[in-house]
Amino acid sequence: MAESKTPLLDQLEGGKWPSFVKDIKQAAEKKPMAEDLLQQLELSYKDRIGHWKHGGIVGVKGYGSGVIGRYSDRPDLFPNVQAFHTMRVNHPTGWFYKTDALRHLCDVWDKHGSGLMNMHGSTGDAILLGTTTDHIQPCFDDLTEAGFDLGGSGSALRTPSACVGPGRCEWACIDSLDICYNVTMSFQDKIHRPMFPYKFKIKVSACPNDCVASIARADFSVIGTWKGDIRIDQGEVEAYAASGLDIQKEVCDLCPTKCMELDGKKIKIYNKDCTRCMHCINLMPKALRQGEEKGATILVGGKAPILQGALLSWVIVPFMKLEPPYEELKDLVLRIQDWWDEYGKSRERLGELIKRLGMRVFLRAVGLPAVPQMVKAPRTNPYVFFWPEDIKKEVK
Amino acid sequence: MAKTDIGPPDYKTMLPPVIARNYGKWRYHEIPQPGLLVHTAESGEKLYSVRAGSPRLVSTDHIREICAIAEKYCDGYLRFTSRHNIEFLLSDKDKVTPLLAELESKGYPVGGTGHAISNIVHTQGWVHCHTPATDASGPVKALMDEIYDYFVTMKLPNHVRIALACCLNMCGAVHCSDIAILGIHRTVPKPDNTRVPNVCEIPSTVASCPTGAIRGDMKNKTITVNDEKCMYCGNCYTVCPAMPIADPDNDGISIWVGGKVSNARSAPSFSKLAIPFLPNNPPRWPEVVDAVKNIIEVYASHARKHERVGEWIERVGWERFFTLTGIPFTDKHIDDFDMATETFHSSTLFKWE
Repeated sequence: MAESKTPLLDQLEGGKWPSFVKDIKQAAEKKPMAEDLLQQLELSYKDRIGHWKHGGIVGVKGYGSGVIGRYSDRPDLFPNVQAFHTMRVNHPTGWFYKTDALRHLCDVWDKHGSGLMNMHGSTGDAILLGTTTDHIQPCFDDLTEAGFDLGGSGSALRTPSACVGPGRCEWACIDSLDICYNVTMSFQDKIHRPMFPYKFKIKVSACPNDCVASIARADFSVIGTWKGDIRIDQGEVEAYAASGLDIQKEVCDLCPTKCMELDGKKIKIYNKDCTRCMHCINLMPKALRQGEEKGATILVGGKAPILQGALLSWVIVPFMKLEPPYEELKDLVLRIQDWWDEYGKSRERLGELIKRLGMRVFLRAVGLPAVPQMVKAPRTNPYVFFWPEDIKKEVK
Repeated sequence: MAKTDIGPPDYKTMLPPVIARNYGKWRYHEIPQPGLLVHTAESGEKLYSVRAGSPRLVSTDHIREICAIAEKYCDGYLRFTSRHNIEFLLSDKDKVTPLLAELESKGYPVGGTGHAISNIVHTQGWVHCHTPATDASGPVKALMDEIYDYFVTMKLPNHVRIALACCLNMCGAVHCSDIAILGIHRTVPKPDNTRVPNVCEIPSTVASCPTGAIRGDMKNKTITVNDEKCMYCGNCYTVCPAMPIADPDNDGISIWVGGKVSNARSAPSFSKLAIPFLPNNPPRWPEVVDAVKNIIEVYASHARKHERVGEWIERVGWERFFTLTGIPFTDKHIDDFDMATETFHSSTLFKWE
């Protein structure tokens, strides 16, 4: 038996979890490109270092984003991955697929690329991994024929994403799928043609459980929420208790605002104290339902560490009703992007700009009123800026 | 002329009929067994979702196999989750058991629901990235093999979200994960003065440094790095290719704990440093796997029901976290960036261990 050329990667074929090495080898049966990827990866495992050169600008006609250039630093050894570019394909919102669409995507990729993909990338796109420069445009043409378009990359609006929302979840306070799709379609130009200081991410979660990590990862976070009393079905509360749920200990005692009491077998909720954290509803979906007035909280500024440290998004609109065609929401996005575009430095994310110039300046620029829901507490330092018109009033 | 700006396919054309009929009218859900979600609509109709793990990096033939399964049991409808799992969407209850059997026979792990460890969100690593400090798919595969049991059961105090990013750019929400695995560099990038003038823009390279370690050397059309100020974030390399940072002996992995993204009970929060450095030891990264497994097991045996990793640590205290896990506390755990002092104790209200 011939000695394996990939003794290190072979060790990742065993074990119970599905193996990416098996998938690369499967693709390598048909594609020399996948075979060279496997061999180059083996070299990385041996050398403990990546073997891709820095960047490279490639693209399709009319777009400035959606394709990531990638070149091997050892084309002498692995000529078939000399160029190994990525194409980001905007996923159907909520990552729902009918298999004919998915098969079509696979056929296009077998024709033009390595036969390897990510389902999906962290931002949400279906990632087609590895093609040559001459295949990029024909691949794009075939993708659009199949009904798919590219996603965002670089200093553009990145592919917006949304949780499963009303597609399956009883906790959806807003139509996360429709909002995301509407925003995606309305802002196509911003996705395909980078024109911002840096990347801009929009993520829509239909309830405070935030299944797409919107507060952690989006410059513009939309989180479904509600007003009004949590609706209680006391019969179902009793049924949960009978099924073994310790309502006092697991529900009431873990309520962060201590706004619930177990009165005999019934639950009582002091709704004024509730911060809508979802804990009780998560545990008893049959018995507890959100209040009836639904809308969204809008937060901005979330990002990973580069450059000035990671930020979590900050509340700027505590409650916004969201009904199609979502003009109020999209208009706010545009006002924010205009301001950021005007004042942001190169590679400065929205949150960093707000931190640099002040929330006060941001709020005035985009026309939002200051409200107590924006802060955990008012400032503790006396370094207060006043607007010029405030001072004139004082002096007179 | 190619079409442009058509946007993604309309998701409404991808929804199974049972979802189209009950869209926005779901009433409640149950998880009768790991990997199976049953959603009941106001109409009384039920949707059965079977969740299976995936390596994320998949071949087209693997996807075709997934399609064939979905065609056999789900009329050709499926979805993927935000954590790279596959979900088969069924309206026919009678097909659930045969589907589960077929998935088992084909080696698909079914689980990732409720109080479990779901798939590890991760990045490209050595497979496709140009700035990685480690691989992504490899450490994930090695770790998931070891903690597989937590994927296919629901026996943890709460769910544990694990994410891996192969460098500080963090193309994944690792900064708010119960357990984050983060590739880090530890070598100061060395400007290649023969290339910098040709391939780098000096002002943007200087501006790329969060700690102001880079200064312009206009006379020689290059830049200099103050080694003492460099914390190896690699952002300069992103904007200036002539400053290579990768180094096999000093690149490796750091482990972070206690972050979360949901608002349930407590606010979303960042992960905090647990282990500053572990070596890259491919193909199975034993030091990383052991470290993460240890944290999971200590959490599993000490946390109260429904406590996330961060909530558990908040309750028992970081002092005890380090004692219980046996992880050494070092000066690297004490923040010295931007808002560092917010994490310092300014009271006598600490614990002994």
